[in-house]
Amino acid sequence: MGLKPLLTKDFHTENLEQLAVYERTGGYAGFKKALEMQPDELVELVKKSGLRGRGGAGFPTGNKWSFLPKGVYPRYLVCNADESEPGCFKDRYLMEKSPHQVLEGILIASYAIGCNLAFIYIRGEYLPQHEALEAAIEEARQAGYLGKNVLGKGYEIDVILHRGAGAYICGEETALLTSLEGYRGEPRLKPPFPAIKGLYGKPTVVNNVETVANLPHIVINGADWFGAMGTPTGKGTRVWCMSGHVNRPGNYELENGTPIRELIEEHGGGVWKNRKLKAFQPGGASMMVLLPEHLDVGLDFDAIQKAGSLAGAGAMVVMDETTCMVDAARRYVKFFHHESCGKCTPCREGTFWMSNLFDRFEAGDAKATDVDLLLDIGYSIDGRSFCPLGDASTWFPRSVIKFFRDEFLEHVSEKGCPFKRTAQEAVA
Amino acid sequence: MALAKGTIEEITTRAARYPSKQSAIIPALWAVQHEQGYVTKDAMGEIAQILALPPSLIEATASFYSMFLTRPEGRHDVVICVNAPCMLRGADEMTAYLGQQLGVRDGQTTKDGAITWHSTIECLGACGGAPMMQVDHHFEENLTPERIDAIIQRLRRGVAPGEGAAGPEHASDRIKPSRSGGEGPSASATEPLRRKSPKRAN
Repeated sequence: MGLKPLLTKDFHTENLEQLAVYERTGGYAGFKKALEMQPDELVELVKKSGLRGRGGAGFPTGNKWSFLPKGVYPRYLVCNADESEPGCFKDRYLMEKSPHQVLEGILIASYAIGCNLAFIYIRGEYLPQHEALEAAIEEARQAGYLGKNVLGKGYEIDVILHRGAGAYICGEETALLTSLEGYRGEPRLKPPFPAIKGLYGKPTVVNNVETVANLPHIVINGADWFGAMGTPTGKGTRVWCMSGHVNRPGNYELENGTPIRELIEEHGGGVWKNRKLKAFQPGGASMMVLLPEHLDVGLDFDAIQKAGSLAGAGAMVVMDETTCMVDAARRYVKFFHHESCGKCTPCREGTFWMSNLFDRFEAGDAKATDVDLLLDIGYSIDGRSFCPLGDASTWFPRSVIKFFRDEFLEHVSEKGCPFKRTAQEAVA
Repeated sequence: MALAKGTIEEITTRAARYPSKQSAIIPALWAVQHEQGYVTKDAMGEIAQILALPPSLIEATASFYSMFLTRPEGRHDVVICVNAPCMLRGADEMTAYLGQQLGVRDGQTTKDGAITWHSTIECLGACGGAPMMQVDHHFEENLTPERIDAIIQRLRRGVAPGEGAAGPEHASDRIKPSRSGGEGPSASATEPLRRKSPKRAN
């Protein structure tokens, strides 16, 4: 347990973004080895490794690949680089520091699923990372890793880098595919799942940046080596993005199962300004709040779910004792309202009303009964929209109401935010 | 304003790479915005002609994505994040300070035409360096009033974002729990070509 640099082990090597440097650190050996294997062997290898998707849902990667219908071509691989979850900034880091590692993973996945055209859908705001990937693709093409006849092995693969234009919803896989087809980024109903009917109606695999970055290491070192790290149901490592009230925010790659306490107290240097920990969120904006009593839970999909939240995309947002939980929830609700694509009424209208109610609490115009009204709206959204954006908009506020209902009532009785008042008094 | 030859070529080249030419709509909008700074209805009509698609389809797509601008803005775009992870580290105070220093309200352009600023609730992906803002696609992290002053001065002087900005260590780039990680500002800090930042109304 603890720090375990796997994807990030060479990140202090200068110019790692250059092909020659990446190759010196062992880069592209995984892809070369993969090309010597049968695609089915690779799928079995990744299945056996226990690698789960790092984008949020934690679905086993090898299983996802094996869902593609036999004999249906063309088929596509799409690398989801639309990282937009508030609190999350790991993919940006992985792409900028080692774009070839991401590209190598994409090439391995493409070969494994029998795809000849792969896409990287990168969020519009990540321009430097876009440029890093663009340069990497060009270098790899020159070196023969991409093209009509890759390294003389008869395999054809091309990679298209596609830049998004500012829409959180496009991180959801079906919305991403719709957007990649040139339409407004609205989600589609599942089933059919993308594996059956994805991009342009063809079988498609959508894998996250961090997921594919694991593949070269699994191919080189084997499933048993990978499986020896982490927990029984959460193999390997994860890059955790830590932000908020800690002394040393940043990205930390830890072996799965490492206690949350270690991440926050040891690596993050503890809560800043010698304050006490009030709450934290282990999975970004969407995920339910946890309390100091949950500090000994392991950083692992299943363990965090058992504790009442979700690991999501691996974003640890830390909040100290001075945090207004109502305001924190308000920001997230406003975010979801802003990012709701508008396709489903419960999400579009529900996030609008939740946002309004939260504004009332902050402004001191809310009534005590508005707390239950918030819950009521939350129940009307959750499970009633096409994609998880609507559902997720309700999870954090509902969990905050569960643990911090008193704070909402204080906003009512004090006719405003008690935390802001304290801060102002402290200044005066 | 008719599209430049280079832009038209870029659009047709992109369109030929995709299995469906419709996939080239967003790349085409980027190409236009890159050339002209924003995307007019006329330009959307031209894209429609080049791709042989109905103009309504181009407009429908363009209007969905917040980064496509439909009107001209200042020479530089400054977008400051006010989502929760940034809020926790003082984004509200920095936003107030930025607005005060620029002397115009959220969403407006300074009188000299140098800077258009706005706050955004959309997370920009640099929470480890919060509070942060995006200056013409360059991330400025760990903001303080002093850093904001320096950035504004630089923009008014017309220096490209990232240049001459030896800021503190980028916290979101940190991987080891050490303060001397040796992580300087990102290698890709300079913007080779001016591209517009997202337009966000909060």
